[in-house]
Amino acid sequence: MTQAGSSFDEMFAPDGTVRPAYGGYREWYEAQDQALLRRKGAEAEGFFRSTGITFNVYGDDAGEERLIPFDMVPRIVTAREWRRLSRGIEQRVRALNAFLHDIYHRQEIIRAGRVPLRLIAENDAFLPQMIGLVPPGGIYTHIVGIDLVRTGPDDFMVLEDNARTPSGVSYMLENRETMMAMFPELFSKLSVRPVQDYPRRLAKSLAACAPDCAGSRPVVAVLTPGIYNSAYFEHAFLADQMGAELVEGSDLRVIDGRVAMRTTRGYQPIDVLYRRVDDEYLDPLSFNPASALGVPGIMDVYRAGGITIANAPGTGIADDKAIYSFMPEIVEFYTGEKPLLSNVPTWRCSEPDSLAYVLDNLAELVVKEVHGSGGYGMLIGPTSSKKEISAFAQKLRAKPHNYIAQPTLALSTVPIFTRAGLAPRHVDLRPFVLVSPKGIEITPGGLTRVALKKGSLVVNSSQGGGTKDSWVLED
Amino acid sequence: MLGRTANGVFWMARYLERAENTSRLLEAGFRMALTRDAEASHDEWRSLIATVGFTHGFEAANGSDYSGERVWNFLLRDKANPGSVLAMIEAARTNARAVRTALTREVWEAVNESWMHLREALARPVREAALGLVLATIRRQMTMVRGAMDGTMLRNEIHNFSRIGTFIERGDNTARILDVKYYVLLPSLAWVGSSLDNVQWESVLRSVSGERAYRWLNAGAMDPRGIAEFLVLDQRFPRSLAFCIDKLRSNLRGLAHEYGHETSAHELLRALGTQFHEAGIDQIFESGLHEFIHEFIAANQQVALAIEADYRFVA
Repeated sequence: MTQAGSSFDEMFAPDGTVRPAYGGYREWYEAQDQALLRRKGAEAEGFFRSTGITFNVYGDDAGEERLIPFDMVPRIVTAREWRRLSRGIEQRVRALNAFLHDIYHRQEIIRAGRVPLRLIAENDAFLPQMIGLVPPGGIYTHIVGIDLVRTGPDDFMVLEDNARTPSGVSYMLENRETMMAMFPELFSKLSVRPVQDYPRRLAKSLAACAPDCAGSRPVVAVLTPGIYNSAYFEHAFLADQMGAELVEGSDLRVIDGRVAMRTTRGYQPIDVLYRRVDDEYLDPLSFNPASALGVPGIMDVYRAGGITIANAPGTGIADDKAIYSFMPEIVEFYTGEKPLLSNVPTWRCSEPDSLAYVLDNLAELVVKEVHGSGGYGMLIGPTSSKKEISAFAQKLRAKPHNYIAQPTLALSTVPIFTRAGLAPRHVDLRPFVLVSPKGIEITPGGLTRVALKKGSLVVNSSQGGGTKDSWVLED
Repeated sequence: MLGRTANGVFWMARYLERAENTSRLLEAGFRMALTRDAEASHDEWRSLIATVGFTHGFEAANGSDYSGERVWNFLLRDKANPGSVLAMIEAARTNARAVRTALTREVWEAVNESWMHLREALARPVREAALGLVLATIRRQMTMVRGAMDGTMLRNEIHNFSRIGTFIERGDNTARILDVKYYVLLPSLAWVGSSLDNVQWESVLRSVSGERAYRWLNAGAMDPRGIAEFLVLDQRFPRSLAFCIDKLRSNLRGLAHEYGHETSAHELLRALGTQFHEAGIDQIFESGLHEFIHEFIAANQQVALAIEADYRFVA
């Protein structure tokens, strides 16, 4: 296991001095009464409970809502670091959209031999229904989350692209609200770039993607699977903040070639549907016929240009973990530039040489399912027992194309607040990106996820991770 | 707004109102039981279960054992009772969660906090010594929700649907209390003048927290005709049938104003209103209090169904 000591700590240099990003915060922290801070930590939990910022864990019997633990030490990035990161993120997001357009049209990248055909053809995330279809505004992935990890002062790497329905932005916003409520003096003392206008920007960005048939004020709605979905809080939160309707499949129906919602005045057409329902459930006529979450016929309306679906169906082909390993080629192919953000080195287990290497080195590697998410179904070699490793090796041999492997990274650490004071824990960062024909916008900061257990590298909320407020400092 | 949202707001309000009314009913029953012998108090508890319409469910679980502790635990928290206070609060909170975008943050938090507090307070069977506190907690939590709604909600269709839910439910609940106790209010030769009537009459008033208001208006004099008139026709008392009809009328008027037209619900309510307007208490007694109340419950329900249909609550 990677020891926290050998990782890059974002607050403290190895000699104990404070890095520049945290100078102002540290000064404030030193002046605080520890007992008071402890009390504030407990307050924060009460605040989250009564606000109902909870998530449901799948497979949990009671369907009980849980809190994602919040840590009150902010994660801080300097303006200079952020500028570099944003350039890399923007480049990557441009490439993702260009790739999606290409893959559903001429497939130049396959003809050029840069990405193998079977990766697309045999991939469930590739939707034949999208072939030849141009979404309104030409945008495929309107809302993107790029998961970044850091291993050194200037070493940020992309761990994962989330091009389907990235979640967590409500935590970014609520974490900031919580911090401002708990420590207002910090924000008057330090210049932190605001994130609160995200919902307004999201609403604007979605409206800018409206189809031609929309009026001057496009009608935007958020489609949720309902109150038992793990991210229901976020769906309601975003709809509320945008002033959009929060709809379920049962509220919608195709009428006169438009998707319309049942209001108290009758059916009203929707121009842009920000859907938080997976592709598979979107339209029982085109995809899973058993789905009760979607809208029968919505794909026909979509094909005819009668509605914008954000993100477009079939975007999953771009954030698939098997495609991920080709991202450096993809970025270069569509932007003509070297990637500004690097990938984590990745072995594709579908390739015999890589598989052999991975099998020999399982104890040092992290192995992930190609289509998995949320930290489910993965092996973390260094923390697994011999028995677990040999069981996993069997699964791997049986279905090698189902897995990729990566080295166990020395993820950077940021301190969390514990009863004994500050203690380093591993973190990642998910910045949120909005894409419309008018441009690409990146919210300064994003969601920092933190592994609360000492030494742990798993930051997923479903696996005991927490979150932090993430600050980008003004120049 | 979405039809489903209107439905959620409407039912959230109804469930909250029902939870509160059940606690008022229990308070009156508890007081009654404390002042009477065991047999009489069993009768009282039995009539409480009848009022909320769960005689069958209660007896399936408890037989005919109408002891106080069984009754109040059944009404407060029993899993076998889908209309328990705890089930109502949970249902109200589930509805609130589904329509969060239609509620202000303060209203949502008040509902969510009520659920958290009452879930805690009702986690274990309630003993006699704790009953008073639990009932007070329920009413206090409901008061907080009402305060948040009053202080923060826009006076628009969302507010109208929630108020309509409140007064449909309240009218129904008051009518059900009268329906079970109407015989207490009928002139009976055998009872007149005995101290028993006074206790019984006062209990009816207590069930709707109206005993002080009534005393104040009538300088302490109790008579069944006056009590019936107060609960049915007095527009000043917030739990009377006439008051509920009046509030339904003004909220439906708000909807008609916002939507630019009336619906079948307006029609039905107008008919009910006229009936009330023309009825005097003597006439009601003459043609039968019991029948009058039954007709009210049915008409009130018709209005609710018409609203659900007219405003597309369900597909």
